[in-house]
Amino acid sequence: MIGETVSRRNFLKITSIAGGGMLIGFNFLSDNLSAASVADAVFSPNAYITINSSGLVTLMAPNPEIGQGVKTALPMILAEELNVKWDTVEVDMAPLDPKFGSQVAGGSGAIRGRFMPIRKAGATARVMLISAAAQQWGVAETDCYAEDGFVINKASGKKLGYGELAAKAATLPVPADVALKDPKDFKIIGTRVHNIDNKKIITGQPLYGMDTRRPGMLYAMVARPPAFGKAIKSFDDTETRKVAGVKNVVMAHGVVAVLATSTWAAKKGRDALVTVWEDKSPGESTADHDAQYTSLIITKSDRPGRVDGDVDAVFAKGGKVIEAVYELPNLAHSAMEPLNFFADVKENSAELYGPTQIPARMRQEVAKALNIPEANITLGMPRQGGGFGRKLQADNGVEAALISQAAKAPVQMMWTREDDMQGDYYRAGAMYKMKAAISADNQIEAWHLNGASLGGGSAMADSFPAASVPNFRVDTHSLHSNIQTGPWRAPTSNIVTFADESFMDELAHEMKKDPIAFRLELLDKAANTPVGKVGYDINKYRSVVELVAKMSNWGKGLPKNVYQGFAARFSFSTYAAHVAEVTNTNGVLRVTKIYSAINCGRVVNLSGAENQVQGAILDGLSHALFSKITFDKGAVNEKNFNTYKFMRQKDAPIEVLVQFVPTEDAPTGLGEPALPPIAPAVANAIFAATGKRYRKLPFELGKA
Amino acid sequence: MAKYTLSVNNKAMSVEADEDTPLLWVLRDHLNLVGTKYGCGIAQCGACTVHINGAAVRSCQYPVAAVGAGKVLTIEGLSPTGTHPVQLAWEEMDVPQCGYCQGGQIMAAVALLKTHPNPTDDDIDKLMTNICRCGTHYRIRKAIHLAAGKMTPKAAKV
Ligand code: FES
Ligand code: FES
Repeated sequence: MIGETVSRRNFLKITSIAGGGMLIGFNFLSDNLSAASVADAVFSPNAYITINSSGLVTLMAPNPEIGQGVKTALPMILAEELNVKWDTVEVDMAPLDPKFGSQVAGGSGAIRGRFMPIRKAGATARVMLISAAAQQWGVAETDCYAEDGFVINKASGKKLGYGELAAKAATLPVPADVALKDPKDFKIIGTRVHNIDNKKIITGQPLYGMDTRRPGMLYAMVARPPAFGKAIKSFDDTETRKVAGVKNVVMAHGVVAVLATSTWAAKKGRDALVTVWEDKSPGESTADHDAQYTSLIITKSDRPGRVDGDVDAVFAKGGKVIEAVYELPNLAHSAMEPLNFFADVKENSAELYGPTQIPARMRQEVAKALNIPEANITLGMPRQGGGFGRKLQADNGVEAALISQAAKAPVQMMWTREDDMQGDYYRAGAMYKMKAAISADNQIEAWHLNGASLGGGSAMADSFPAASVPNFRVDTHSLHSNIQTGPWRAPTSNIVTFADESFMDELAHEMKKDPIAFRLELLDKAANTPVGKVGYDINKYRSVVELVAKMSNWGKGLPKNVYQGFAARFSFSTYAAHVAEVTNTNGVLRVTKIYSAINCGRVVNLSGAENQVQGAILDGLSHALFSKITFDKGAVNEKNFNTYKFMRQKDAPIEVLVQFVPTEDAPTGLGEPALPPIAPAVANAIFAATGKRYRKLPFELGKA
Repeated sequence: MAKYTLSVNNKAMSVEADEDTPLLWVLRDHLNLVGTKYGCGIAQCGACTVHINGAAVRSCQYPVAAVGAGKVLTIEGLSPTGTHPVQLAWEEMDVPQCGYCQGGQIMAAVALLKTHPNPTDDDIDKLMTNICRCGTHYRIRKAIHLAAGKMTPKAAKV
């Protein structure tokens, strides 16, 4: 069966240890039951680690894997402290279970939050295996050490494998406090480790929710409202039921679901439905939103995000004042794997399996919707074909569960790309009015950001250059709308950074200062004469600015037709600075090279970390160049990838070079922080290349 | 409904499906070959790329009735042990992030290397048109160059 909640072998191991902190589990129900497997002692001091008597080390990856690499990086941390060789371990995806702590993919928080607890889990097992060996040899623990899956007796040189020690270690009490490794002895953390699922990915093995296949399972396709503001009034399924393969049509969750024996039959059945929709609330259009933004950004907010000094007094003096308006579109999440979910709902229990960034909340919401106790619901997580924040919502699982309940059948609910585009919780578009005053001695005397966005916040009040400017004000406004919006990779930062960092570049040019030298000058001011709260670490900020300037040989020795732009951002505890290079070939612009400097504390997986930074940069660039979602009376205009455009190789930079600031600091998040500064870095490079300021996303360069 | 006998990964496989069923869904739902992915259904993203008689096609827009005697190759059938030079290059460059698009990317790259055993960046620009939402373009480009280096002229004809 594809997509079991957890492999049977491991499920048994886990249940066998669920009762106490630690005990020996026997695989009594193992598929190949034999004397040997019955005697298979399992050492499992905590939920994350299982070592059997043959020495197989199985590590559990606790957090949802949406492409951010935690299924590789978190077990690496376990393996490091456990002192085993990485290529000898097995990694399994954990099911939802409180013993794995907070199982969330969001806020770039997995490595940041779990680094120390996971190290402790690994170290605990190592210490216990050393104790077991010491007892066996009758020597002191300090006379032994662990390395590469063995405990070694310092005096005699004798070795015992972890598998040989499993039975004994399983009888020892779990120590409360253990010494962690000295980071200078790290052998796995900080190295290049490849994605744990690579082999399965490159051979097309079933891994994703979309690949779930179960006996008796039906595929479900759903007719959803064609626009925000509309709801189903009535439907006629006469033609649908004539489609070969269609088994059932049910109403659930306010939608009509067609269940069939194949995806194609379900889709044909759905397309044959005759639906009547009624207006529940007015359908909104992008033009309406833009008009409202335009009036809001010239209005002060009652509750400004930050006020230092008095910007209005400075602007009123009548010195040099610069103004600019920046616009960003709504965006879709459009993970490559469209939404789907498997649910098998019985009388008073349910099995769920599918893509989610918030498994615990998913189960809660499903329990509520089904009126079945949470304890009777299992939830397993497949590898996910992207997340980007869309799967922080629970709608896909709730919908699948309600359909399964109504149809009394196991259901794989499938969204088409068009369903996914119309049913998103979009990254809200925004508009900013930026205004600054330049003093007679060529300094920024006042900075005013006034932003409006569809739902949610449009600015981070304390982000740079706050604290470096004597008069500073942030106003934000949000529009109420019946269009769903929600977090999208690097929320808020992914909109406001375009305004902040483009405007910074405009000011630098206006003041005839080098854009990087100008930032460093402001950082010095924030360090020496801070105004109000300093919401960022000045030294870390400076570390990435200086490193990327060096990497890119900023401003020096460029070929005639190559131009550079700079931007930086602090978000999710990580600092990112990029230099984008734009090449002008006979009037055709292409972003050809990106340099990126990152300060994210200690890097756990160098290959994975670089991949995240490169990916965030290319993802951000792709959207900045091409993507936008617009609405016409509540209906999305861009319904698929022919109109919602993405970057292809011909538009991608030839090189994306990443360096991490060397540091001993604890690791911080990396899935998001490299995205926000790429759009302004490119806008600033385009300005350098053409003298034209692009203040509106997407750039749509070809259309100029 | 009609009966078809398809050649998929060098095996004869029979299916019963509506003639307008895209090959993508026949592979996924009828033959349980789920390595070929659905991303858009309109031949835009390339997640569903397979080979028919050696050429890359987007199977979401390829009705089963049109396959006829064509030899279909999917990511599962690319090599028995997952060691096609392009697969090895993908591993070596650690290309995948979420991985969802990568089966299609690999099938597109294999097809590209058949016609362009030593592709330039320009060739890659023109012929690699699949979408990757995670932004693995840079590593894909490097992996294609790496694979080209690995491939003997014989391997290029797989
Ligand atoms: S699913 Fe076929 S090209 Fe996108
Ligand atoms: S790796 Fe995620 S879409 Fe390409």
